[in-house]
Amino acid sequence: MSSIILSTTIRLLLPLLLLFSVFLLLRGHNEPGGGFVGGLVAAAAISLYALAEGVEAAHRILIVNPRQLIAGGLLTALGSGIIPLFLGRPFQSGLWLPHSLPVLGHVGTPLLFDLGVYLLVAGMALLIVLSLMEEE
Amino acid sequence: MSNLLFLPLIIPLATAVACLLAWQHRSLQRVISLIGAVFLLLAAAVLLVTVQQEGVLSVQAGGWSAPFGITLVADLFSALMVCVAGGMGLVVAIYALADTEAEYERLGYHPLMQVLMLGVCGSFLTGDLFNLYVWFETMLIASFVLLALGGKRAQMEGAIKYVVLNLIASALFLAAVGILYGVAGTLNMADLARMLRESESSGPIPVIAILFFIAFGIKAAVFPLFFWLPASYHTAPMAVTTIFSALLTKVGVYALIRIFTLIFFVELAAWQPYILAIAGLTMVIGVLGAVAQDEMRRLLSFHIVSQIGYLIMGLGLLTPLALGGAIFFMVHVIAAKSALFLATGMVLRLTGTTELKKLGGLYRHQPLLAGLFLVAALALAGIPPLSGFWAKLALVWSGLESGNHYLIVAVALLVSLLTLFSMTKIWAAAFWKEAVVKGATDTLPPLSRRVFWKMAVPTALLTATTVLIGLWPEPLYALCMDAARQLLLPNAYIFAVLGVQP
Amino acid sequence: MESVFAVVVGILYATGLYLMVRRSIVKTIFGLALLGNGANLLIFTVGRLSAGRPPYVPIGALEPLPPVADPLPQALILTAIVIGFGVQAFALVLIKQVFQTVGSDDVDEMTTTDRIADDGGQG
Repeated sequence: MSSIILSTTIRLLLPLLLLFSVFLLLRGHNEPGGGFVGGLVAAAAISLYALAEGVEAAHRILIVNPRQLIAGGLLTALGSGIIPLFLGRPFQSGLWLPHSLPVLGHVGTPLLFDLGVYLLVAGMALLIVLSLMEEE
Repeated sequence: MSNLLFLPLIIPLATAVACLLAWQHRSLQRVISLIGAVFLLLAAAVLLVTVQQEGVLSVQAGGWSAPFGITLVADLFSALMVCVAGGMGLVVAIYALADTEAEYERLGYHPLMQVLMLGVCGSFLTGDLFNLYVWFETMLIASFVLLALGGKRAQMEGAIKYVVLNLIASALFLAAVGILYGVAGTLNMADLARMLRESESSGPIPVIAILFFIAFGIKAAVFPLFFWLPASYHTAPMAVTTIFSALLTKVGVYALIRIFTLIFFVELAAWQPYILAIAGLTMVIGVLGAVAQDEMRRLLSFHIVSQIGYLIMGLGLLTPLALGGAIFFMVHVIAAKSALFLATGMVLRLTGTTELKKLGGLYRHQPLLAGLFLVAALALAGIPPLSGFWAKLALVWSGLESGNHYLIVAVALLVSLLTLFSMTKIWAAAFWKEAVVKGATDTLPPLSRRVFWKMAVPTALLTATTVLIGLWPEPLYALCMDAARQLLLPNAYIFAVLGVQP
Repeated sequence: MESVFAVVVGILYATGLYLMVRRSIVKTIFGLALLGNGANLLIFTVGRLSAGRPPYVPIGALEPLPPVADPLPQALILTAIVIGFGVQAFALVLIKQVFQTVGSDDVDEMTTTDRIADDGGQG
C-alpha cells in the first residue's frame, strides 16, 4: 500500500509529530501532557510512517528495536527511583536540581521518570503495532 | 533500613530490564534470571528476619506520608509470603534451565517471569488497595503472556478462559475499590482499618465486602468460581504451571485474608458459616474433580482447587490457631504441590506423556523420581510426619476447639482421605503398575545427566522442604502463629503505617 | 448530575454483561472493555462530581483553596485506563491468535481442554 499523498505528508509530519511528542513530555509536570501521551504520539508518528513506507522502513528510522526502547524506558524509570536511595531518601522521592535550565525548566527525577515512561510507552505501542503489521 | 522493603520490587524489575537488554543472548538471560532469583531470595530472607526482630516495617514511596502516598508494609505474613515466593522463584529458575524450550526463551520467557515475580512481591507488600490492583494487573498481564506464549491450540483455549475470567475479577475489584473510596475517602489499608474495622456493618459496606470477596475469590479459585483454573493451568509448560499453581492463586488467598482480617472484620465474623460452607464445597468439588481425571497435570490442577478450600477454612474459623494453620498450610502446599508438578514435568520429559493409562513401571527405571513423587504426594495428603499432617492438624484442632464446627472438620478429614486415594492412584498408575506395553519404557531415550539433575535438584529441594517442615515444624509453626496474631490484632500494622495508635 | 452518571454506568455494565454472555470471543472482549469503562465512570461518579478548581497549591499557601476537585479519583481512573489499554491490546492479539489456531471465534468450539478423555491437552 503506497500512496504519494500519504508518503509526502508523513515526511513533513514525522519530525513535527516527534517534536510535539517531546514538547508534551516536557510540559507534562505541571500542565496537561506527560510521558504517556508523549510516548503515544511518538508511536503514532512512527506507525504512520510504517503505514506509508512499510514496516522495514519504520524499523530503519527507529534504529533500535522496540524491545530495547522498553528496556531503556524501564531502566530510566527505575534509575529515577533509585537515585534518591543513594542520598538516604525513600525510593522515588522527587529530587530537583537547584537551578532551572534553559528550555527544560526545572529538572529533577520526576522528569527522568517521565522520560522512562515516554520510552516505555513508545516501545510497547510500537512493538504491538509493528509486529501485528509484520504478520499481515 | 525501611528501604529494605523496596528491594523485593527493585530486584525483579532490574532483572527483567537486564534480560530485555540481553534479548539476543539466551544463555546470558538464563544466567541473569538465576542471579536475580538468588538475590530476591536473599533480600526476602533478610526482610523476614528484620520483621521478626523489629516488628512491622513500613515505608512511604516518594516520601509522601500516609494516607496520601503509596505505602509499602511488611508484617510477618507479608514477609513470609515474599520469602516463599523468592524460594519458588529460585527453584523454578533452576528447573527452567532444563525444561524451557528455546522457542519460549526467544519469545521472552525470562523477562516475563521476572515481571510476574514483581507483581507477586508487590501484591504481598503493598499497603494501599489501589496499588494492590496495579500489582494484580502487573502479575496478570505477565501471566497471560506466559500462558499464551507457545501458541498451541490447547494453550489458546486455556488462555482465553483464563484471561476473560480474570479480567471480570479485575473489573469487579476496580469497581469495589471505587465505591469504597466514595464511602471512606481513603484507600490506605491501615487508614481503612482504623475507620471500618470496629464500626458497625451497615449501608454499602457489606456490598463492597461481597464485591471484594467475589473478585479475590475468582483469583483464588474458590467454589463456585474455580472452573477457569483446571481448564487453563495444565496447558502451559511445566515451569510456568508450577509457578502459577504456587503463587497466583495464593496471592488471591493472601488478598482475601489481608482485606477481610484488616478491613472487613465485622463482615467476616458475621459471614463465618457461609465462608466455611464455601471452603467445604471448594475442598469437596476440587477433590472429586481430581478423582475423575486420568491425566496427571489436570488431576493436580483440580487438587490446587481442593487445597484452596483448606486455606479458606482457616479464614472462616477465624481463631489464631486456624489462621496460623492456614498460613502454615499455605507454605506447606506451595512446597508439596510444586514438587508434584516438577516431578510430573520430569515424567513428561522421560516418557512424553502424562496420561495415566499410557504410563507405568517408572519405578523400575527412575527410583529416585518415584521416591520424590511419593513423598510429596503423601505430604499433600497429610500423612505424618510430613508437612501436610501438621498443617491439617492445626486446622482440624482449631475446628474442634471452637465447638460448633464439626461439619467442616468432618469434610476436611474426608477430603484428606480422598486426596490420599487420588495420590495413591496417580502413584500406582504412573510408577508402580506394570507398563501397559511391556518393555515400552526400556526403549525410551534416557535424559542426559545434566538435564536430569537440573530437573531433579529443584524437585528434591522442595520435597526436602516438606520433610524438614514435617520433622521440625516448631520454628515455622511459631512464626505462623505470630503472623496470625498480628492479623487478628492489627494495632502494630496500623501504627507502623500511620504513626498513631488506633 | 449524579443520577445521569448512575444511569450511564448502569447502561455500560448491562451492555458489557450482555456482550460477555455471547458465544463470540470478540464480543466477549468488547464486553470486558465496556465493563472496564463502566468501572472507571463509577469511580469518577462516586468520587463526587464537583465543579471545583484544579487542586494546585497557590504560591505562598500551604494547601489549595477550596472548593477544589478531588484529584485522587482522576488519578485512579487514569491509571486504570492505562492498564486497561495494555490489557485490551493484549486481548486483541490473543483473540487474533485464537482465531488463527482454532479457526473459529465461537467459545463452544473451545472445549478440548475441558474433556476428560482426550489427548490431555497436547493438541
